[in-house]
Amino acid sequence: MIELTPKNFEEEVNNAKTPVIVDFWAEWCMPCKMLAPIFEELSKFYGERLKFTKVNTEENPELSSKFGISGIPSLVVFNKGEIVDRITGFAPKEVMKQKIDAIIDNL
Amino acid sequence: MEKYDTIIIGSGPAGLTAAIYTVRYNLKTLVIGQDFGLITEAHKVENYPGFESASGFEIMEKINAHAIKLGAEIVNDTVLKVEKEKKEFIVKTGSKKYQAPTIIIASGTKKRKLNIPGEEEFLGKGVSYCATCDGPFFKDKIVGIVGGNDSAVIAAELIAQYAKKVYIIYRKEELRAKPALVSEIKKNKKIEIINNTNVTKVKGDDVLKKAILDTGNDLELDGLFIEIGTVPVTALTDPLGIKLTSAKFIETAENQSTNVNGVFAAGDITTNSNNLRQMITAASEGSIAATSVFNYVRGIKK
Repeated sequence: MIELTPKNFEEEVNNAKTPVIVDFWAEWCMPCKMLAPIFEELSKFYGERLKFTKVNTEENPELSSKFGISGIPSLVVFNKGEIVDRITGFAPKEVMKQKIDAIIDNL
Repeated sequence: MEKYDTIIIGSGPAGLTAAIYTVRYNLKTLVIGQDFGLITEAHKVENYPGFESASGFEIMEKINAHAIKLGAEIVNDTVLKVEKEKKEFIVKTGSKKYQAPTIIIASGTKKRKLNIPGEEEFLGKGVSYCATCDGPFFKDKIVGIVGGNDSAVIAAELIAQYAKKVYIIYRKEELRAKPALVSEIKKNKKIEIINNTNVTKVKGDDVLKKAILDTGNDLELDGLFIEIGTVPVTALTDPLGIKLTSAKFIETAENQSTNVNGVFAAGDITTNSNNLRQMITAASEGSIAATSVFNYVRGIKK
């Protein structure tokens, strides 16, 4: 999965041909650790429809502050470089799928 | 609809241990759980046999892998409804239905919410229930913590490492955390205790800006952490008529059965094990519930 940094953000998110979902996480956050394998499985499920990326908030504080992240895990969906919606906090895989569908089906 | 011998609701220590046992009893087992439960909040567990020191999450990953290896089927989803149809239970999630003659409720407890206006709206925009997750985002900010128990005080101390000012807002006169913890934070110049006070509302624009207090004052804040204890997750039990205590825990017999035939319960959601509510008592109750399910299923299959 693509790890975003301030350097590659524009290329990977703003210039992406599909909507992009970004997982803001940190090593110290247990719900983030629980979400990681689910996020990985979802990336396979959505395939070409949605690009899955993540941001390590500890290593990239510029990105978390730029997008106003003050609670993690936080999933942010971008389309053509604009924020479309956010999903805050952990949710189980099937519930996450419904939330993501509700966002990308409207794009 | 897929049929099982037992459906376990909850995938924390109680639910997954129950699954280890039911699978070994050759019962077709489904676990439906959202996560590993509140144990994952424990960064250091040093009293679980076999693990000198590990995080709750690490131990749960092992128990989870163990249950899967033995053949338990685990679905990561939220149960929305449980209904009884004749002698079977129908367990519904957002997308599917499952059926079994027995269920084990091991859904544990969850963090209590304040239930005040703005709490939901500002979740992730200043409102948080996880100090270890979100504390570092409040560097040089002003943060409030609601609560007076051990976790509220520990959260205050943790967040004070980052924030410039931390208020502990507690509804009573004296914090109820352990005296050693309280005297520790009283020494911390960044931490101020506001007692006999409730937060009645939170306000802001894109992000949280202030808390409205019942003393009539507003408190300017960038973050509000809510640490007011836990409540049992019993939303599913009411339609089945499961007997609860006044504090909404499930009343269970010594064999983890409830007052409803075919319904068993284990872990933090019950009043068994002398209300100890530890990982090991959850596991223990899970194993007893599984054995009771085995006896019950054998009885009805005869």
